[in-house]
Amino acid sequence: MNQRRWNWHLWTGFVVCLTAFASYFFVFVRFPVTRDVPWASFLLFGTGIAFLFFALKHAFGEPQQYRGKIAGPILSLISLFAVGFFCFLTFYQTRQLPPSAGAPRVGQKAPDFVLPDTNNRPISLSGLLSTPLANSPPKGVLLVFYRGYW
Amino acid sequence: MWPVAISVDTPEMSRELCQKAGYTYTFLSDPKAEVIRRYDLLHPGAGVNGQDIARPAEFLLDSSGVIRWANLTEDFRVRARPEQIIEAVKRLH
Repeated sequence: MNQRRWNWHLWTGFVVCLTAFASYFFVFVRFPVTRDVPWASFLLFGTGIAFLFFALKHAFGEPQQYRGKIAGPILSLISLFAVGFFCFLTFYQTRQLPPSAGAPRVGQKAPDFVLPDTNNRPISLSGLLSTPLANSPPKGVLLVFYRGYW
Repeated sequence: MWPVAISVDTPEMSRELCQKAGYTYTFLSDPKAEVIRRYDLLHPGAGVNGQDIARPAEFLLDSSGVIRWANLTEDFRVRARPEQIIEAVKRLH
C-alpha cells in the first residue's frame, strides 16, 4: 500500500490563516498604516487560503498520493470562519458607534467642565484656556475623548 | 496648546497608563461620564466590562474656547493621525 504524503499545504494554510487573524491584534494594530485598512492581514489571509485551495486539490484530486480528505475540509472551514469573523470585526463591529448628533460642532463654544486629573486635582476647561503655558497664553486646547485603557 | 485626554478611567488608572507609556500631558477622569454625556459622546455598554464609555472624538478649541476642528471617527479603529491634528493647529493662527 502506498505511503500517502503529508499534505503540508493544508497545515501551512491553516497556520497562516490563524497567524493572519492573531497578528492583527498583536502587531498590525499598533501602526495606523496597517490598522486603518488591514491590507497586511488580508494579504496573509489570501496566502493562507491559497495554500488551503491547493491542499484540497491535492487531497481530493490525488487521494492516492495525499492525505487530508477529512482534515482538509475541517481546517478550511475553521480558516474561513476566521476570515469571516475578522471581516465582521474590522468592517462592522468597530463602526457600531452612537450617532452623537448632539456633539458640539465647529464654530460652537465647547461646554465648560471641571474634572479631576491624575493627581485628583480639579481642572476646569476655562482654567486651561486661561492658564499660561511656557509664559505665554495658550493658543487653545485639544480635547481627546478616548474609550479608556484596559 | 494644551492636549487634554478624557475618559471614564479613574485618576489611578490614567496615572498607571501615563507611567507605562510615558505620557506627560493632562489626563482627566470622567468616571460617571457626565462630561461625556454633555458632549453627547456616550457609548453605552461598550466598555470591556459592559460599562458606559466615550466614543472616540477629538476637538481643537481656540483660546476663546470655540471649536475650530472636530473629528468624530466613524470607525473606532481609525483615529486622527498626528499630522492631521498638527495641520489643524497650524490653521488656528
